[in-house]
Amino acid sequence: MTAPLLVFGWGNLSRGDDALGPLFVQQLGALAGSSVGSGVDFLEDYQLQIEHALDLVCRQRVLFVDASLNCAAPFEVTTLRATRDASFTTHAISPGSVMQVYRDLARTEPPPCTLLAIRGTQFELGEPPGLLALQHLSQALVWGQRWLDGNTVPKPSVLEHLHA
Amino acid sequence: MSFDLETAANPKGLRRVAIDPVSRVEGHGKVTILLDEHNRVQQVRLHIVEFRGFEKFIEGRPYWEVPVMVQRLCGICPVSHQLASCKAMDRVIGAQPITRSAEKIRRLMHYGQVLQSHALHFFYLASPDLLFGFDSEVNLRNIVGVARAHPDIAKKGILLRKFGQELIRVTSGKRIHGTGAVPGGMNKHVSRDDRDMLHRDVNQMIGWAGEAVDIVKQLHAQNPILYDSFGSFRSNMLSLVRADGALDLYDGVLRARNADGQIFLDGADDQSYMELIEEEVRPWTYMKFPHLRSLGRDVGWYRVGPLARVQNCDFIPSRMAETQRKEFIDWGKGAPVHATLAYHWARMIEVLHTAEVIKDLLEDPDILQGNLMTSGERRGAGVGIIEAPRGTLIHDYRVGADDLVTMCNLIVSTTHNNQAMNEAVRSVARQYLDGRVLNEGLLNRVEVAIRAFDPCLSCATHALGQMPLDVVLLGSDGQLIDHMIKSHDGEFIRTPALSAGPRIGAEALS
Repeated sequence: MTAPLLVFGWGNLSRGDDALGPLFVQQLGALAGSSVGSGVDFLEDYQLQIEHALDLVCRQRVLFVDASLNCAAPFEVTTLRATRDASFTTHAISPGSVMQVYRDLARTEPPPCTLLAIRGTQFELGEPPGLLALQHLSQALVWGQRWLDGNTVPKPSVLEHLHA
Repeated sequence: MSFDLETAANPKGLRRVAIDPVSRVEGHGKVTILLDEHNRVQQVRLHIVEFRGFEKFIEGRPYWEVPVMVQRLCGICPVSHQLASCKAMDRVIGAQPITRSAEKIRRLMHYGQVLQSHALHFFYLASPDLLFGFDSEVNLRNIVGVARAHPDIAKKGILLRKFGQELIRVTSGKRIHGTGAVPGGMNKHVSRDDRDMLHRDVNQMIGWAGEAVDIVKQLHAQNPILYDSFGSFRSNMLSLVRADGALDLYDGVLRARNADGQIFLDGADDQSYMELIEEEVRPWTYMKFPHLRSLGRDVGWYRVGPLARVQNCDFIPSRMAETQRKEFIDWGKGAPVHATLAYHWARMIEVLHTAEVIKDLLEDPDILQGNLMTSGERRGAGVGIIEAPRGTLIHDYRVGADDLVTMCNLIVSTTHNNQAMNEAVRSVARQYLDGRVLNEGLLNRVEVAIRAFDPCLSCATHALGQMPLDVVLLGSDGQLIDHMIKSHDGEFIRTPALSAGPRIGAEALS
């Protein structure tokens, strides 16, 4: 049975701060523990791909989590819209593009999706995440727990940046 | 001797057109075309411009690390590298035959890998060209465009691939870079829950795979002139077959047919591949050119992969795929099908076959229980050959008494197809580009021909040690200052002549 909430982080655990997405998923899952029961699915992958559109099926809310070089520290929250952008390549697409693929495949609107971008600075292969990035992760996890409780859902259709 | 259109007689003054990078393939490559003042094609080359070095840095590592290390050759077919290396290491440690359960779980993993890789290639990479046309809007020619225009096809393609990925995860521990197969066997069974989860969907997958074959057949039937002639050329074909001549993707003996379909090599032991195959280095690319020693470089090159496998075998050992194979063979009207676009048709027949085999394996109790490991007397060397999604994959190792690898030789599927891909590109250049003003659609035809082989350029550039280099020094104004070539045997040649080969300089490093 599909859980109503999905937390989906992506990145490479072996590539410095790029690990923030999957680390967020792992640690939020551990923090939530059994209290969330079957209400939340925690998924992680190296990159967003077209097939992840199918992970949006039957969800009430979705949280995408990624490390970002460009967002404000410690993290930014953005309400996502389905977009037919040119971000896709052979290997990766954007979360907005994933939502658009869902719309194309399912012929219906995707569930409300939120992007949590956690500020990172170093993405060297073989390096662990930096201390500053891990501090950003800790602060993002506090926000993430509130998201699970339904207390931080941005208003639909409003692009907003919540600087913590 | 140089092949037709491989090297221009006088490159000076020719206009150079580059397709760089070639898109919707795995890894990085480029095509260069030299044209004279009348737009007549004088030279066409597919260059592989990335450089890896796996064969060298595997040396000195413990043998049990190798099945994990070699998976890093590729994010698309890591299972093939894992299993080919495990088959080689089985021999090294004398673990032969491996147990019934271990072989069946390995087969399940491998057929799942082929299914997901073929689905990825056809639906994600190739279908945009085939469904929208070679000249269609560039922004539409991608999988997102397919999802928009043909959601039903895209959804089935995505779910087929996902099913294959789940098979890999269940058998190897992870969707990519798993650890399930080890020298001597497997380290885990399939759990009953996982088996049941996969078995629930397998009939649906067989149905969708059958529909995928129908899509390709329909494309051929709608435009037979294009599909039969595009990038077509005659060649030998090489693959493994089972001892009784059946299609087998996991194990077998080597068989080769000539361009007329006559078998001229059969039943060859995989351990003797070095007596059969020779690799040639050419100075303008990082990918080697294998050929059959008995025929020599000029006529001994061959195709591998689905087009070769489906025609090399005597039959496919699953009911629905065998019916489709017969129909495919009939398309050739008694002669082998050499059409480059027929790779897609053969590939989808293999998807159907893998789905049928997967169903049989999921219903086999041996994947849930039974001994997983075998041991025996050490031999110190071993060759593992497997039919990877893109064709015959060879791993060859020697291991010292201290367990450390002393020699590694890999011939990957895309490398076998090197000459064939170049021939396909040249065929397209002659047919569509020669004497015409080039545009995006015409150049896309070159990429369509390459894509049909589903090349994995990352896999194919692992060699180190005999690597030729073509170094061009350009001034800030773009003028040629110096040009030096290092041949595969280490000889340096300084020449002022213009070269279109891979360069150590701004172009190659950008």
